[in-house]
Amino acid sequence: MTQHASPPRDSTDKVPSTGAPPAWRGLMARADVRTLSLLGVLAVLIIIGGITKPDEFLDTRNLQLVLTQASVIGVVTVGMTFVITSGGIDLSVGAIVALASVWATTVATQEYGFGGILFTAVLVGLGCGLVNGLLIAYGGMVPFIATLAMLASARGLALQITDGKTQIVTIPSVLDLGERDAYVLGVPPLVMVFAVVTIIGWLILNRTTFGRRTVAVGGNAEAARLAGIDVRRQRLYLYLLSGLCCGVAAFLLIVLAGSGQNTNGNLYELDAIAAAIIGGTLLSGGRGTITGSVLGVLIFTTITNIFALNNLQSDVQQIAKGAIIVAAVLVQRRTASTT
Amino acid sequence: MASEPPLLSMSGITKSFPGVRALDGVDLDVQAGEVHCLLGQNGAGKSTLIKVLAGAHQPDTGTIHWRGEAVTLRSPIAAMRLGIATIYQELDLVEHLSVAENVHLGHEPTAAGFVVRGKVARASTAQLLKRLGHPEIDPARLVGELSAAQQQIVSMARALSHDVRLIVMDEPSAALDPDEVDNLFRIVGDLTADGVAVVYISHRLEEIRRIGDRVTVLKDGRAVAGGLPAKTTPTREVVALMTGRNVEYVFPERPTKDVAADKPLLEVRGLARDGEFEPLDLSVRPGEIVGLAGLVGSGRSEILETIYGARKPRAGQVLVDGRALRPGSVRAAVRAGLGLAPEERKAQALLMLESVTRNVSVSSMSRFSRGGWIDRTAELGAARAATRELSLRPDNPNVPVRTLSGGNQQKAVLARWLLRGCRVLLLDEPTRGVDVGARAELYAVVRRLADEGLAVLLVSSEVPEVLGLADRVLVLREGCVVHTAPARELDEHRVLDLVMEGSPAS
Repeated sequence: MTQHASPPRDSTDKVPSTGAPPAWRGLMARADVRTLSLLGVLAVLIIIGGITKPDEFLDTRNLQLVLTQASVIGVVTVGMTFVITSGGIDLSVGAIVALASVWATTVATQEYGFGGILFTAVLVGLGCGLVNGLLIAYGGMVPFIATLAMLASARGLALQITDGKTQIVTIPSVLDLGERDAYVLGVPPLVMVFAVVTIIGWLILNRTTFGRRTVAVGGNAEAARLAGIDVRRQRLYLYLLSGLCCGVAAFLLIVLAGSGQNTNGNLYELDAIAAAIIGGTLLSGGRGTITGSVLGVLIFTTITNIFALNNLQSDVQQIAKGAIIVAAVLVQRRTASTT
Repeated sequence: MASEPPLLSMSGITKSFPGVRALDGVDLDVQAGEVHCLLGQNGAGKSTLIKVLAGAHQPDTGTIHWRGEAVTLRSPIAAMRLGIATIYQELDLVEHLSVAENVHLGHEPTAAGFVVRGKVARASTAQLLKRLGHPEIDPARLVGELSAAQQQIVSMARALSHDVRLIVMDEPSAALDPDEVDNLFRIVGDLTADGVAVVYISHRLEEIRRIGDRVTVLKDGRAVAGGLPAKTTPTREVVALMTGRNVEYVFPERPTKDVAADKPLLEVRGLARDGEFEPLDLSVRPGEIVGLAGLVGSGRSEILETIYGARKPRAGQVLVDGRALRPGSVRAAVRAGLGLAPEERKAQALLMLESVTRNVSVSSMSRFSRGGWIDRTAELGAARAATRELSLRPDNPNVPVRTLSGGNQQKAVLARWLLRGCRVLLLDEPTRGVDVGARAELYAVVRRLADEGLAVLLVSSEVPEVLGLADRVLVLREGCVVHTAPARELDEHRVLDLVMEGSPAS
């Protein structure tokens, strides 16, 4: 047999094009296509609301209401975005909100006034997050299972504490926060809390080592480990963070409702996951966007509001939500496969 | 025979992946009833070729004739329908299903079209297992409970449950004891007696001599020899075919400075892991490149990963600059100045969704941050400096790392450790998936890093790479160091003899 000499092969180290021309880059970096399309959807919704119910929808009070409603689930969604970005999931957020809201509104807690309620809500949230985090990071449990177990037990504990009764809040300073008098330049305090949580969340995810580690763990946990990142500790912190967000959300809910109930936060886990996903956070981890998540929350809350104003029943709302999730994910798959 | 068309005839098969041309016009003829051996070093294109044959990869160009008719193997199912079955090295069995369920997966015997007839499946499985010489395997047992050798038998039973005309076996003996190898060869003999063709891939020349009829040698994506007689072609000629280079690697000059007297920077004492490698001692001095040569399965990657703390050793110590590292801790290793460029770059090193900058800075984030707050300007500047030093292309650290070629992705990994200020570099198959032309540049980079005082431990299954780049070479065979020598005292021939036959051959 002969050994034929082959011609020397050329080295094909292709230099990929660097994408958009410089003039575009600044704009594209700040607002990518996905964010713009979410803004577009929101704009369309506002137009629909304005056309169908011109007087009621665009009324200041209604807009304040929409934003207030978005605040509670919005804070939860910020925490959820971190968890999903890291490749995890937290199914227990709704249950934690319920447990924190009832624990913070028991007669015993209310004796400590405003601070007692806030402190308890946050502490309960952190405690549940700690349990989730330890089970997942150090107990080696799958996030889905660990947080599903937390969902069941936290709901059960919430029922046990309240015995199914609504716990009315009697602290004036707490209730006052939800009143119109507390609005600053027309902005409800709850909305301000949401805004602050969003900004802090955005900064942490995009500007800190904590955010980088979160993305690295979600993108490739093995690579992160071999790069010297403490993956387990990072996972623990992430579920703590989600728990903290739930505690804050529980406090907002107490202010909003003036009470604590074991049925609070029902299906928050689904709303938060859905908002994060349509916002562009990858369910498989490695990419997360706080901006997208918040827009997702606003889109869902606006839909709910428009449907309510038009006297459409909640069954129709649910179907519409489902359709939007499917549409958003299909569009994302399209754009992902073309880039 | 000349009038009869071959059972299988592949001609001019090419297949490219981003950055690599895996197959470059390969021809392969297989006759019914023969054992046709495929031989070649790692990266020669064997796996890609059998994946094309199994319908798992589509060739870019080339034709495949099956019993004289042109066919397209659009999917694994299409290949299976023709009667081509493949037994991969990593077995593709479902661990949580029983033996019988695995054997009949996808073509279960059913009643009324959908009710699985478990008893029938078990009976026919038992028959197949008996034919394969393993009647003791219970068809009802879960595959996950079986040994590796038994799983391989199940895999073979699955292949035989189809009306198979050609079986591809990818290194089937790698996980087997000598007794089990004998049984395997008996099975191969039975199959060929029935007119089934076997395409047999192995590194072990003695096996090929025992059962092979003809040999095709692949190298750098080409068939350099087709259909040699397996029993009579001299070993020397086969090895020469496997190693003879059309593309000459250009290796950098070794420094004239002798480092033998220096204190070792990395020392490994008695490091061992059960079933992977025996107690191992080695040391690497600053400025020195030490190579580990050996075949897949000789424990090379495991050794590197254990030194790096990614696997916990059963015994032994790793010392950097005389100080022992906490065993099984990657963080301790990184803190002490170790850096690993792992074998599976995409799975183990890179954040594929991220930019080059973030991939480079991920191990040194504390350097660009205060109180957790990242100074992105400093980060970008440092990443740019590190990637420029390695002439990574394109010269723009903002591009996503997945758009880079294999060689430049490897440079991004090296830049990560360069930026971290690492002192001991562990390289596992540094040129896997790297285009031939880009390799010389990587070699130069590694040599330069060593000249700057790094200690480098290199693992490669490409013998010329180890010989050309390393100063000192440890030859591994099945988890044991069988030979140690300065690289310039060894040649490829001798190393291949050592790793393939275990004893020095002339």
